[in-house]
Amino acid sequence: MEAVMKETQTENLTERAEQKDHLQQEHTGETVGTSFCNDAKMSMRNVNVYYGDKQAIHNVSLDIGRNEVVAMIGPSGCGKSTFLRCMNRMNDTIESCRIDGEFILDGADIYHAKQDVVPLRAKVGMVFQKPNPFPKSIYDNVAYGPRVHGLADRRSDLDEIVEVSLRRAGLWEEVKDRLNSPGTGLSGGQQQRLCIARTIAVSPEVILMDEPCSALDPIATAKIEELIAELSENFTIAIVTHSMQQAARVSDRTAYFHMGKLIEVNDTKRVFTNPEHDLTEAYITGRFG
Amino acid sequence: MDKLHLDKHISQQFDSELEDLKSQVLEMGGMVEQQIIDAVESLESADSKLAEKVMRIEDEIDLREVALDEACMTVLACRQPAASDLRMVLTVTKMTRDLERMGDEAQKIAKMAISLTQDGAAPGGYEEVRHMGTQVQNMVHSVLDAFARFDVEKALNVAKADKQVDREYKSAMREIVTYMMEDPRSIGRVMNILWALRSLERIGDHTRNLAEHIIFLVKGLDVRHVTVSEIERKIQKSQ
Repeated sequence: MEAVMKETQTENLTERAEQKDHLQQEHTGETVGTSFCNDAKMSMRNVNVYYGDKQAIHNVSLDIGRNEVVAMIGPSGCGKSTFLRCMNRMNDTIESCRIDGEFILDGADIYHAKQDVVPLRAKVGMVFQKPNPFPKSIYDNVAYGPRVHGLADRRSDLDEIVEVSLRRAGLWEEVKDRLNSPGTGLSGGQQQRLCIARTIAVSPEVILMDEPCSALDPIATAKIEELIAELSENFTIAIVTHSMQQAARVSDRTAYFHMGKLIEVNDTKRVFTNPEHDLTEAYITGRFG
Repeated sequence: MDKLHLDKHISQQFDSELEDLKSQVLEMGGMVEQQIIDAVESLESADSKLAEKVMRIEDEIDLREVALDEACMTVLACRQPAASDLRMVLTVTKMTRDLERMGDEAQKIAKMAISLTQDGAAPGGYEEVRHMGTQVQNMVHSVLDAFARFDVEKALNVAKADKQVDREYKSAMREIVTYMMEDPRSIGRVMNILWALRSLERIGDHTRNLAEHIIFLVKGLDVRHVTVSEIERKIQKSQ
């Protein structure tokens, strides 16, 4: 047996030399896996994004299914956040940013000249990495959106929206007795759930989450993850995360980005047990140098 | 992904943990292989000392199983492995279980060897034990080699070889029954040979399981509970 082990060790060394650059290989082919689905809520087609001369996204096509949770993973700078931000035109504010391709929400192009971004962002809400409550009371944080969009005529309607949103965000029991205290006085995890309540108060259809748990402790993270599972019954969710375990836990499909390209999209179970592409395998098993 | 690249993690510590699991399985496998050789030899040559050695070493194999399980549990808890790394750890836990059972079967053969030295030799069946013993030893050697090299082709050949062992076992059974009919007084001793053959056949089955675990490890294909030709089809489809 020892002889066999020695022999394999030598073989391993030779193989290692042969495959030295294997993991640094350029991805040239098409996205592998299942980028598209039958019941798409949002469809992105042939998306290219540039910051000035630099191309950040290369020809990405992806569907997000109705009531589906899609996780986007990849190393820093791979374009996953850029792609997510394009999905509710958050990149419009960056002057050097140029976007090609189609972003279709329920059959309509969100980059159409006549599309107003305010109702778009009510339909496609966003939760950011750092909880960013307004310097207002908990109540006003949640009521802000419905007021701006004129969703409630009477105070009692607004009260109901605030309560329902806080309940859905799993925060109601913790804050119901101090709705008038400032939102900024809550703990990090509570603030993030407040931001989620604020997002869902305007009845969005899609929720984009950009690393929503990266500033939270494991308990707050578990609560948010639980919330994502509940929210997926009513909302379509796209989440960018650096935590592979989180992607594995919360999502139905996982999309792996690498250097601005979409390498693989597959069922999450498949991606984390037997991914199709070598680059995906290398990333999720921690083999990047 | 055919190559597992166990040595390419950012964390070299993780590399060495997985490499360590692999070499521990190979060591345990080597011990089991030797146990089978010794058990068959002790039965053939009525060597009760050798049979007793097999009984002693069985305890060491059990300890190896426990140690490997603990190592796997640590990797799972500390590294949360995914994809091929996850399959590696799962495969190791499954393989150690099969190897331990193979050790048990070798121990049973050694027990039969001791009985036969005490009760006197059986009138026949030794040839069959030697023949099946050699077949099974070769399978075990090949399957460990397949694991060391992550070689799917070789693992598939082991699964094929198990069918041959099953056939040999059936024909040996027929042979053994004739000994019993010829001289009913020898039934007790012939039964010992029969149990030994049964153990060899079981070792063959466990070796086939090992081959299936290796195919799962390398290809990510679950090939349990299907025929060998079905396994072959699945492997071809995945290429």
